[in-house]
Amino acid sequence: MADVWTIAEVSGGVLKEISLELLGRARTLADTLGVRLASVALTSHLNEDQVERLAASGADVIYLGQDSTLEPFTVSAHASALMALVAEHSPQIILAGATTYGRTLLPYLAVKLSCGLTADCTDLAIEEGSGNLLQIRPAIGGNIMATIKSPNHRPQMATIRPRSTPLPSLDYSRTCTVCHVPITAAVHNPTHVLGLRPFVGQQRSIEDAEIVVAGGKGLKKRDNFALVEDLASLLGAEVGASRDAVDRGWATYPHQVGLSGKTISPELYIAIGISGAIQHLAGIKTAKRIVAINNDRDANIMAIADYAIIGDLFAIVPLLAKRLQERRKTQ
Amino acid sequence: MHIIVPIKQVPQSSAVKMDPVTGTMIRSGSAATLNPLDLYALETALCLSERSAGSVTALTMGPPSAAQILKEALSMGASRAILLTDRLFGGSDTYATSYALSKAIEHIGSFDLIITGERATDGDTAQVGPGIAAWLDVALVTYVSAINTIVDRTMEVERLTEEGYQAVRLTLPALISVVKEIAIPRLPTLRGKKRAMNTPIEEWDARTIGADIGKIGLKGSPTRVVKIESPKVARTAEVHIASDEDSMKGAVDRLIDIIEEVYHG
Ligand SMILES: Cc1cc2nc3c(=O)[nH]c(=O)nc-3n(C[C@H](O)[C@H](O)[C@H](O)COP(=O)(O)OP(=O)(O)OC[C@H]3O[C@@H](n4cnc5c(N)ncnc54)[C@H](O)[C@@H]3O)c2cc1C
Ligand SMILES: Nc1ncnc2c1ncn2[C@@H]1O[C@H](COP(=O)(O)O)[C@@H](O)[C@H]1O
Repeated sequence: MADVWTIAEVSGGVLKEISLELLGRARTLADTLGVRLASVALTSHLNEDQVERLAASGADVIYLGQDSTLEPFTVSAHASALMALVAEHSPQIILAGATTYGRTLLPYLAVKLSCGLTADCTDLAIEEGSGNLLQIRPAIGGNIMATIKSPNHRPQMATIRPRSTPLPSLDYSRTCTVCHVPITAAVHNPTHVLGLRPFVGQQRSIEDAEIVVAGGKGLKKRDNFALVEDLASLLGAEVGASRDAVDRGWATYPHQVGLSGKTISPELYIAIGISGAIQHLAGIKTAKRIVAINNDRDANIMAIADYAIIGDLFAIVPLLAKRLQERRKTQ
Repeated sequence: MHIIVPIKQVPQSSAVKMDPVTGTMIRSGSAATLNPLDLYALETALCLSERSAGSVTALTMGPPSAAQILKEALSMGASRAILLTDRLFGGSDTYATSYALSKAIEHIGSFDLIITGERATDGDTAQVGPGIAAWLDVALVTYVSAINTIVDRTMEVERLTEEGYQAVRLTLPALISVVKEIAIPRLPTLRGKKRAMNTPIEEWDARTIGADIGKIGLKGSPTRVVKIESPKVARTAEVHIASDEDSMKGAVDRLIDIIEEVYHG
């Protein structure tokens, strides 16, 4: 029976968490189907310890393509390597992260393979009887959940929202086969990566952050936005912002949360002076816990919050920062 | 420089309501607009074409009412507008949509650049742009946040990734998808609106573009929506009123407990 595949993502020689999350999810699918689980990693070089992490996270097979043309990522290099691999092994399912990588590579690959593709899934299951992959995703700003399948095309393909599933526990006693994939560089690659200008003052993207502290128009002016930034750095969190805050220049676009910004699933989202317009809520529906700090008891954000403090943010946030520091000192 | 901008008509997000009984979407007929993220694609195309004495063609696939968003594109400054409309296109998923749009683009003939929005706010897939690039076999760069230089057939752009801004050089013809940061969309001018009224919208159907009937519409779509349901979104908040010093301390300390829980799993 055909295997289940996940596409690993590597950044600076290290596997991104999504690579392991995908294996955790796909392990269940492969077990239900009674087939092998393979992880495909296309990169310039992957150290032994990283390969072992893939195996420990659930991969039975690792297809490892190592070539300088595979990093940094370009669509044509990765798609041509994958097309050759798929033609050789015919997997029944291919999963990748719903990241800038997966959301670029998979739709391109799906057309080349004449297959369907479901974007940004938050859940997956195997349909009893048919063995089809059920792909579950939020749509229309998270207002509905749609279940989608691709009954007559193989492989079945989906991108999976980062942090929508916990990391699998590592089991270093698992056995795994590593297959080295020969890479033939394209004669002509129309795209060439020149370099990367990393974000300043931001350790990780808000999609990857466990805690996001976000500010909105309630902060009144740019200088006050420091309240949000300071609280975030105190918590080791990333900074988010409503569109109003971004439009006013208090934060830059990579920090915008919502319909026309990022969709995120942190463990904890703290919304400070954000009303919770439907377009903003669209970005945080899959956050595990939502905290609102707002002086309006009837603000929209209350409909989705797990914990709310009704009061003046200019008094609450400084006090929160102070008490946090006090508590840390005594610990 | 000839630039093609595929744009999409989407329901106004605030206008989408759910039928509580059937769990299906109610799209009120009139409340449709141009996908807000496509405005950035249009603006980018218009700026580039002004610099190079080029032209911008707006293209949409949708019901006859989608002509309205083409009028909007024309009044912003697009020089040509094409409406791809046919019952046979109904029910298309992103595979079938990107196929139909790529056939329409082949029918338009030559182009240097295709610019799409980052994603449509209704389907929210961001798959149609990369799909078109695959059908047409052109260079693909997504999430473009700035265009730095264009010299002859070579463009240097920046794209927004999880790690930061990546600089990419690409050879035309190409397809790029752009993010909001790239430009501030212009408003339609009075002159533009007049020109829009005088510019006919070209209507094409499946036959015009020579589409393979097996690859369009519901029949040509590999994916099937099998179920739609409204998730239980209402969470009941634990609400603390912080009106004086004591209640504020209590509320803040409880919040610190919640934060600690997150830290310790
Ligand atoms: C097509 C479209 C796409 C959009 N996309 C997005 C998107 O991606 N992301 C997004 O965020 N928005 C988006 N919006 C905008 C959205 O509709 C709202 O306008 C926006 O989210 C409001 O931002 P806000 O909550 O910061 O401001 P407001 O709505 O003005 O809320 C400010 C809040 O602060 C509270 N407040 C004020 N003073 C204090 C105080 N002293 N102490 C405590 N609380 C206080 C107020 O009670 C209020 O609730 C979009 C809109 C459209 C039409
Ligand atoms: N029916 C359509 N007609 C024209 N362009 C479209 C259509 N659907 C999607 N697009 C383009 O593809 C982008 C991504 O859409 P989507 O893949 O639906 O999220 C949009 O921003 C548009 O530029």
